[in-house]
Amino acid sequence: MFLISCPYCGERDQSEFVSGGEAHIARPKQPTELNDDQWAEYLFMRKNIKGIQFERWNHVHGCRKWFNVARDTSNDKIEKIYKMGEQPPKI
Amino acid sequence: MSKNLRINNKHFVDETRKLSFTFNGKKLYGYKGDTLASALLSNDIHLVGRSFKYHRPRGIMTSGSEEPNAILQIGNDDALTEPNVRATEIELYDGLICNSQNCWPSVKFDIGGINNFLSPLLPAGFYYKTFMWPASFWEKYEFFIRKSAGLGKSPTKQDPDMYDHRYLHCDILIVGGGVSGLMAAQIASDDNKKVLLLEDKELLGGSLIYDDSDISKIDNQKSSEWLKKLIDNIKKNKNITIKTRTSLAAYHNYNFLLARQNLTDHLSVNDRNNKIRQRLYKIRAKKVIISTGAIERPQVFHNNDRPGIMLASAVKKYIDYYGVRCGLENIIFTNNDSAYETALSLHKSGTKLNAIIDIRDNSSSEIVKQVKNLGIQIYWNHTVVDTKGYKRINKVTIMKLNDKGNDVIGKKIDLNCDCLAISGGWTPMVHLFTQSGGKLRFDNKDNIFVPDKTNLDQLSIGSAKGDFELDDVLKNSIKDTKKFLNIENSNFDKIDVKCSKEKEKKNIWLLPSDRPLSKTKPFLDYQNDSTAKDIKLALREGFKSIEHVKRYTTTGMGTDQGKLANMHALGIVADTTNTNMGDLGTTTFRPPYTPLTFGTIVGRNVGQFFDIFRKTPMHEWHVDNNAKFENVGQWKRAWYYPKDGETMHDAVQRESKAARESSGILDASTLGKIDIQGTDANEFLNRVYTNAWSKLQIGKCRYGLMLNEDGMVYDDGVTTRLGENHYLMTTTTGGAANVMSKLEDYLQTEWPELDVFLTSVTDHYATASVCGPNAKKIINKIFKDLDLSDESFPHMSFKEVKLGEINCRVMRISFTGELSYEINVEASYGKYIWEKCIEAGKEFNITPYGTETMHLLRAEKGFIIVGQDTDGTMTPVDLQMDWIISKKKYDFIGKRSLYRSDTVREDRKQLVGLLTDDPNEILEEGAQIVKDENKKPVDMLGHVTSSYFSPTLKKSIALAVLKEGKQLKGQKLLVPMIDKTIKVTVSDTIFLDKENERING
Repeated sequence: MFLISCPYCGERDQSEFVSGGEAHIARPKQPTELNDDQWAEYLFMRKNIKGIQFERWNHVHGCRKWFNVARDTSNDKIEKIYKMGEQPPKI
Repeated sequence: MSKNLRINNKHFVDETRKLSFTFNGKKLYGYKGDTLASALLSNDIHLVGRSFKYHRPRGIMTSGSEEPNAILQIGNDDALTEPNVRATEIELYDGLICNSQNCWPSVKFDIGGINNFLSPLLPAGFYYKTFMWPASFWEKYEFFIRKSAGLGKSPTKQDPDMYDHRYLHCDILIVGGGVSGLMAAQIASDDNKKVLLLEDKELLGGSLIYDDSDISKIDNQKSSEWLKKLIDNIKKNKNITIKTRTSLAAYHNYNFLLARQNLTDHLSVNDRNNKIRQRLYKIRAKKVIISTGAIERPQVFHNNDRPGIMLASAVKKYIDYYGVRCGLENIIFTNNDSAYETALSLHKSGTKLNAIIDIRDNSSSEIVKQVKNLGIQIYWNHTVVDTKGYKRINKVTIMKLNDKGNDVIGKKIDLNCDCLAISGGWTPMVHLFTQSGGKLRFDNKDNIFVPDKTNLDQLSIGSAKGDFELDDVLKNSIKDTKKFLNIENSNFDKIDVKCSKEKEKKNIWLLPSDRPLSKTKPFLDYQNDSTAKDIKLALREGFKSIEHVKRYTTTGMGTDQGKLANMHALGIVADTTNTNMGDLGTTTFRPPYTPLTFGTIVGRNVGQFFDIFRKTPMHEWHVDNNAKFENVGQWKRAWYYPKDGETMHDAVQRESKAARESSGILDASTLGKIDIQGTDANEFLNRVYTNAWSKLQIGKCRYGLMLNEDGMVYDDGVTTRLGENHYLMTTTTGGAANVMSKLEDYLQTEWPELDVFLTSVTDHYATASVCGPNAKKIINKIFKDLDLSDESFPHMSFKEVKLGEINCRVMRISFTGELSYEINVEASYGKYIWEKCIEAGKEFNITPYGTETMHLLRAEKGFIIVGQDTDGTMTPVDLQMDWIISKKKYDFIGKRSLYRSDTVREDRKQLVGLLTDDPNEILEEGAQIVKDENKKPVDMLGHVTSSYFSPTLKKSIALAVLKEGKQLKGQKLLVPMIDKTIKVTVSDTIFLDKENERING
């Protein structure tokens, strides 16, 4: 059970949050211009790495805000939490 | 029973409080403070159970949670009986009833004992190898295997006990109230930390509290005296919260831990009334100190499992703590100095010790010198090669070891005994450390795994870390705790510790015997009857990974989880494969450390508190009017309203007929409702729905279909434009929360530039939906001034009206195909408006209908239910709803996916109608549809998604998804059932009123 520091509410138990998968996958601005492979890349392809993974979390039972988390998948250590729209930190 | 096994001395049992208990039908006595095990031993009972596979007689072996043999059935009540309770852990209470498990007809004469003689036929993997062929026989085998497998009986009635959960927070959590844990607690508290101290026994102090020897001294006092003063101080300390009888079950990441406290298990049954039985603590600790100690290892030799063979440390504890002798003729068999403490305890209590057998050549330590001076015979460099005595050990046979320690030489010597105390060294309890993700390191000197790397703020101290001698335990605990807490000085800094130091070490994982290995039974896992032979067999058969060896031989898979067995199993694998034990690694330690009851895990969340349920404001009316309810998400929805003994079918037929012929009323309050405001609200709707919203005027409603980005239908509902920048969206009942989350997600992450605000208002409004040819007349009676003409108030439009002080939002929308009005009011007026409709509709036989009738009515019209007719693989095109996909819009969620190569396939499953050739035959939802029954394998073309008998059409109707369904209209297909095959014809999805005329009444 993680402890997650919501950037808007502070440290809370994991049970207040849901994970939204990999972060920094922007929805294409012009999907109609993309061929099937390019669209599939956006739609389906996700990384599953051992190490630092950037992912989205939502404080669903709190302020309902989405934010980004840099988490080490090998030990679940949260290295950094940053707001939506911010660039991923260099870790 | 005239043997004098209870010694009078100053012990931890209260000899003024005699307690009676029953073991296998026999009434016996013990004292307050006894465990069931110590009470049994004081009655000279060692034999308490039979082993799992060979049904060998087994006795009490340990004094703690590592006990593999003494697992008993407690209680004989159908609801309260509990299997697999370790006699070494349960505190004796007056009236305790217990029975042996895994034996029939009795523990002394067990028919299954024949397996012992068949054991050459029952090697590791026997069950896997034998009962696999022929596969169809498995059901027969299973019956007999289950019958003979004996791990107690589950209670057959509901658990009447009460359980509880509680959260705890602390600066420092200390697990284990032995000397190192107590010192750490004192140091942390002196530094003003909030300390939580957990101890699984009833008393603090660990093994030092009953240490009566004169060899170890702390600050020139007897160590147990010194410790008692420390405990007194800690009990008075307000910074330290102590929870006894509390065992840590699980250590999760981020220092989140679960602990279980026993609150009533030590009380007599009559004293337990209305008390919470067990409590589960959910603990968040800033820092964790593990001081769980170590457990002693047995030694592995031929016939090392007879009743009367016990761990040396347990023999010592039974004497020094409980005042109970385990035998009158004792022998100690050891490979280290710690068993000599048992020798001293035996001597001091006046208990006969016949000999000590030590596999080492000698030992020059202080404690061994003392034992030698007592004149006790020590056989150096000897090993036990056999034991005798079926239900109780009566003899050991020993031989001399050769120089390499891999064979025995010389003559056999027989020694008589009724108790053999064995010690193979100590294993730190690293379970919690590894559960938390910590990595172990192998210490070649002591042959133990010790805590090494961790990512968490935690520390292991004392023998849990691998320190076994008193001066190391104390001094390292002080040093490490100070460093861990970042403290310069402590009150223990000048502590003076004297103790005996072990200098000679020797360890042999599998002791040699004069017989070939195949003719011996050197047990590793007593509970699962796996021997060293089984491990070697597994290795010969090609199992290399220790995880595979474990599962193949079932070593360490009993209720004790191999607390005694695992190290020897690893050692033998390492020796046989010539691998370093550190490279071999350990099997995975998983929570819980000791078994938890289901009651503790669920706590108060049972019965009506299992899950929350949501009720609409009209709920009471439905209850009063005999509604049957169905669960939709967390909602209780009225399902149907049976009258005078009607069946569900009868009620639904009556309700749906009334709705079509006069009027019906539905509680639609559970539909999800999202209030959408902002200058970009219209643009937002255009992006999330497939159809166009730009031209929707204020006061008008529109049906919308929402897709996932993969093009599959996600949700649907009607959205009303309440004002220039104000909309009210409705969603499906079950999808409401997910739709809200999904929309918030897009707004916050993809389109933060949009000026849109979403508010969930599902619970704020109640909705009564009145439908049928007479709906207009009923609404007119309630809202007398409202113009209900089709010109002023057409289908798919909305009006805001007042009923007295109540604001009502009336929408003319229809899910039944009938003329229909939905009245939305603030939730607190829900029941009022519902009753108002019922009253106004009385003369028109207004009939309340539930979700089942709603489903039937909409199916007649071919309206889909998301989640029933769709399953996350249906596009709007598959549903034949092409009309709802805007061709003009540049983009919306899921648009691009509608022309992926997979979604444009012609042969996808598509929604169709099905009519049975026999109009009275109702299809089963979920039934498969085929063309040619006889073709093997038969091609599954699709399945039925909705099926009803329509009273209006007087025939059975169904919706189904069917491969290439659009092309198949008019085709005859088959629905094979278990007892018959039903003939069907593919039809249109709209069965009633294709011209949509009923919508106007």
